[in-house]
Amino acid sequence: MNAKNIYWLVKREFWEHRGGFFWAPVITSAVFLVLNLMAIVAGEVTGKFGMHMGTIDLDGHTLEALKLHALDADGMRKVGDALDVVMLSTSGLLGVVFGFVVFFYCLGTLYDDRRDRSVLFWKSLPISDTSTVVSKVIAATLAAPVIAMLCGLFTGLIMLLMFAFTLSMHGVSVWWLLTLSHPFQLIGFLIGSIPLYLLWALPAVGWLMLCSSWARSKPFLWAVVIPVAVGVIISWFNLLQSAGFKSGWYWREILVRILFSVFPGGWLHNTAALQLGDNPDHVGNFFTLANSYAVLTTPGIWIGAAAGIVMLAGAVWFRRWRDDS
Amino acid sequence: MNAVVTANGLSKRYKNALALDNVSFQIPAGRIVGLIGPNGAGKTTALKAILGLTDFQGQLNVLGFDPRSQRDRLMEEVCFIADVAVLPRWIRVREAIDFVANVHPRFNRAKCEAFLARTKLTPDQRVKQMSKGMIVQLHLALVMAIDAKLLVLDEPTLGLDILYRKQFYQNLLEDYFDENKTIIVTTHQVEEIEHILTDLMFIRDGRIVLNTDMDSMGERFAEVMVSADMAAAARQLKPLDERQVFGKSIFLFDGIDQAQLKALGEIRRPSVSDLFVATMKGTYA
Repeated sequence: MNAKNIYWLVKREFWEHRGGFFWAPVITSAVFLVLNLMAIVAGEVTGKFGMHMGTIDLDGHTLEALKLHALDADGMRKVGDALDVVMLSTSGLLGVVFGFVVFFYCLGTLYDDRRDRSVLFWKSLPISDTSTVVSKVIAATLAAPVIAMLCGLFTGLIMLLMFAFTLSMHGVSVWWLLTLSHPFQLIGFLIGSIPLYLLWALPAVGWLMLCSSWARSKPFLWAVVIPVAVGVIISWFNLLQSAGFKSGWYWREILVRILFSVFPGGWLHNTAALQLGDNPDHVGNFFTLANSYAVLTTPGIWIGAAAGIVMLAGAVWFRRWRDDS
Repeated sequence: MNAVVTANGLSKRYKNALALDNVSFQIPAGRIVGLIGPNGAGKTTALKAILGLTDFQGQLNVLGFDPRSQRDRLMEEVCFIADVAVLPRWIRVREAIDFVANVHPRFNRAKCEAFLARTKLTPDQRVKQMSKGMIVQLHLALVMAIDAKLLVLDEPTLGLDILYRKQFYQNLLEDYFDENKTIIVTTHQVEEIEHILTDLMFIRDGRIVLNTDMDSMGERFAEVMVSADMAAAARQLKPLDERQVFGKSIFLFDGIDQAQLKALGEIRRPSVSDLFVATMKGTYA
């Protein structure tokens, strides 16, 4: 396993999955921007300029206040929050698309080349199976998120400028308005979340890639059916009240983690949302690295990551010895 | 002479069949070995064992490595083309060259590009846009640019037309093969590789039934065209095979003194395919 091989292997993954890793976020961003532009234009044309930005409505009253720079502190904070939400909303949407891309990437990555027998070509090169699997993990959990995040940031900034420009047409000072939002904090939040994503996604990436390397056919079915079947059995014993632990724990801490941890941001649910309740009234307080990294104090993420690495080791073993070509 | 491959008591059992049955053989350096056998005889299993693609019982040494535990090192010195069309369909010519050039320490980019210049392939072309023959050309260009000690070919020309097939073996012989390299090839088109082989191995039901170099084969086996009146005498010598052509009988003999055979009729060196058919008689019965 050397760095140069890993670099080229990751590059190889991108050649193959340019569609999912690059075009999916780019196209999603483009569609998102166009839809928002259409909404703004519609608002302007019909004359009912009432933007719904996150938690507040920009009605005529607020607009007047904005024009006069006459917002009280609470109002300013709300406008700032709203702008932050505008920026983050694109990243949220991209996160969902990205989650699907990574999910199916992991399921197919050690299976598709066995199905079309091109595994025989890759195996004719002096590359260890560990390098192959590691490069795929890097592609899914570091390289792909960086691209999706850059797309999210870029689109978010354009969104911000679009709204600011619209407001400026109504006499609101754009640059003053932008100082109310926290773009740098959000950029830092998104970039800083990537290492956390790697840790968080490991159990799902490990499980999906293990199925991908092991299944002789239909890896999707195996990856989903096995954990669901186990869950149903546990729930059934629960129903009979003979099991020692609650089935809810299994569904939440095992099934969701090994299937859906590829969707970014799941860790926030575990920490920040619990602390702040259902109504985090300050976006800036919610989307902070401190909130994100608080999950590192819970044992779950570490146990999950360790389990992920064990499953990846299993994937390497199957990659080496699965003999069906 | 240094052996490139040494197998000792090689066995491989799949769920319901014995693919290799206690096989032992040696392949010296600088040879072109034809591994020939009917479908399901164990050819591919033997090659997979040599390439470390499958587990097996027994001892196997390839270029000083154990293919089971030292596969990564081994693949620096071994190349293989397994079947046709195993190049990934999404890859472009340019990407394939870039990738192999950067992960393979023995890859010679100039050689690969010179070879591709003689084909119709363009750098931006994807494998899925190529014909089967073109895919093999690309694969061959990649593999021939690798200075490997051992090249393993498993049915490399399956499904190709005769022009591509001839060109394939011609390129291999002219531009690739030298006394430091060893080639192991399996194919059903025996006639086409007969003239390039230096060694011959017949495999049947997981056993090596014949292992000889081409010169000894000419000494050991003889084909004699015998007229009808001598046929009975010829049958006394227990020929491997007998067939009729233009009212004469052609007998295939194993290990009979040439002087003795000369008395019966005209002696020829048997073709590999005739020898193969005679040896494999009753395989599918």
